[in-house]
Amino acid sequence: MRFSGRPICYGALLFILVFGVLPNTAAAQIKIGIAEALTGNASQYGVAIRKGFELAAGEIASSGGVNGQKLELVIEDEQGKKEEAINVFKKLIFQDKVVLLFGPTLSNSAQASDPVAQAAKVVVFGTSNTADGITSIGNYVFRNSVTEADILPVTLKVAAQKTGFKKVAVLYGNDDIFTKSSYDNFKKALQDLKIGVTTTETFAKGDVDFKPQLTKIKGTNPDAIVLSALVAEGAPIMVQSRQLGITLPFVGGNGMNSPRIFELARDHSDNLWVGSPWSLESSTPENKRFVTAYKKAYGALPDQFAAQAYDAMYIAAEAMRKVKFAGKLDADRKALRDALPAVQWNGATGSFKFRQARGRDRKPAGYDAVQTAIVMVTKRNQYVIEK
Amino acid sequence: MLAQQIINGLSLGGVYALFALGFTLIFGVLNVINLAHGAIFMIGAYAALHAVLVFHFSLLPAIFAAMLVTGAAGWVLDKFILAPLRARRAPHLAPMIATIGVAICLTSLVEGYFGSENLRFPIDTLPSSTLTLGSVQVNWLDLKIILLALLLMGVMLWVIRHSPTGRALRGVAESPKAAALLGVNVDGLLLATSVIASILGGVAGVLIALYTNSVFPHMGQPMLHKGIAVVIIGGMGDVRGALIGGFFLGFAEVLTIAYIGSNMRDAVAFGLLFSVLLLRPAGLFGHAPQRRV
Repeated sequence: MRFSGRPICYGALLFILVFGVLPNTAAAQIKIGIAEALTGNASQYGVAIRKGFELAAGEIASSGGVNGQKLELVIEDEQGKKEEAINVFKKLIFQDKVVLLFGPTLSNSAQASDPVAQAAKVVVFGTSNTADGITSIGNYVFRNSVTEADILPVTLKVAAQKTGFKKVAVLYGNDDIFTKSSYDNFKKALQDLKIGVTTTETFAKGDVDFKPQLTKIKGTNPDAIVLSALVAEGAPIMVQSRQLGITLPFVGGNGMNSPRIFELARDHSDNLWVGSPWSLESSTPENKRFVTAYKKAYGALPDQFAAQAYDAMYIAAEAMRKVKFAGKLDADRKALRDALPAVQWNGATGSFKFRQARGRDRKPAGYDAVQTAIVMVTKRNQYVIEK
Repeated sequence: MLAQQIINGLSLGGVYALFALGFTLIFGVLNVINLAHGAIFMIGAYAALHAVLVFHFSLLPAIFAAMLVTGAAGWVLDKFILAPLRARRAPHLAPMIATIGVAICLTSLVEGYFGSENLRFPIDTLPSSTLTLGSVQVNWLDLKIILLALLLMGVMLWVIRHSPTGRALRGVAESPKAAALLGVNVDGLLLATSVIASILGGVAGVLIALYTNSVFPHMGQPMLHKGIAVVIIGGMGDVRGALIGGFFLGFAEVLTIAYIGSNMRDAVAFGLLFSVLLLRPAGLFGHAPQRRV
């Protein structure tokens, strides 16, 4: 894994060396920077993201480019590290002179590197950053990755409509940042939807026996169980609850949105409701086209990260169509930024538009995604789309 | 609901007690705080899982396979690590630190071979029928776990109290030198203790793996912490203490969740433990100066 991204890096480097010294051909080409984790731990996401970008860029090129201009992708590996993300951002902005930047892969890196793009007044467009506060960095920061704060209320609402629950019990892991923050989002959504909570129970990482909590939950007679857990704990929780004769529906956070549930809770995994920005099973024509093209290009099924990157490239291209590139870098970058917020798009992940976020000072800042989550329920060891 | 929670407390307490039994036995007889006991517990679970997945054993033979593997691990532990340290009269802390090393080695080996993710027993190997008594759901599996734990503990108690081996064991615990002078094969007995204690730990591992249906390399760690607490509350080295301490902790946890809140589980359970120690610093059955098996 460690070396798999290197040839691409060298290739990109060679590319830049060769083309960097040639006269400026910006009139014919639009340079787009891509900074993703192509090696290291986060490369499982970064590589899928790059494939999504390349697939979309290839399609755009073969359908005539953007107003006759070609897209030129400058791809760099930020290794999933903050320091490296800053370096790569600087290189893409000041040396390669890109008009727009995609990346970085992790929210953690985005917190460090996005301010560089903001200061240089270049659009930075994240496709996989879901943490709070990324878009409050400034008005050049965009993302089309949907956060849990957007997904969980929809999941709850759809599950409540379809199964008719009025009061729920909540169970969450209280010593893990991810499951705790997902619990906070659930709590807020439950209040907003006016769904009653019969009891709130917790467990700790590494726990294996959840029967005492589940027995107590059973005693409070809820209509459903809201579960914020990773699959490692979530799967035994589902198995043990079914053993205790609890047949209630479960509503899970993003931690429970994993096909691993069907291995670990085989035959006890039914009636688990989860929300996701994208689903392989989604049968819209846009998604079907994407899945087929991806399979043809890479010989494997796409994931959520590839789908979001694929859509992001189209969203950016849509903004570029509305911009008259004058060949002046600063003006072009600003024109692109001004065109981007108005873009609406219907892609693999469904219909999409931007919503302006607010900064820490409450002033308008960058742009978040407005997108409807796809709600799925587990039936006989597979996900079935409910909405 | 109370009846259901009592069943939960019994099965959880049974596993704690079984784990603590092996732990306290090694402390009582070998005078070693065996921090590898959690890893051996985990090895037991993996051995049974492997037997079921690869050799298609049914549950009972799989438990025997786990006993065999953990027994062998106990043999290796004493023969190659504890016995040489004893022979060199190593200071008290040395064997304890050595067992930490053993625990890390075993955990890494298992992680390397099986991977670090959660594994589980195939669903059809587990009895899934439940017994419904009023509002109480008793899984046959839970019932078997409770019964097997009680059976093993009963056998151990009887052996220690009434058999010649048990008498020799208690003699060694009292004074290895005096026992040796009276013709007891001390080294053999110490080795046997390590093997038996490891087998008990291994069975506890299989049982908790079945009870919760998950097996992972670090499953021994929380158990070890609880095992130490149980042994301390029961009185270091005391077998009855380990049994009662195990059930005490199991019930303390379950009832805290039932009546106070799961957020407070460990705080209340360990607070109770602490207050017991305030009243009886040597534990429920401990006698500060001597140890008994």
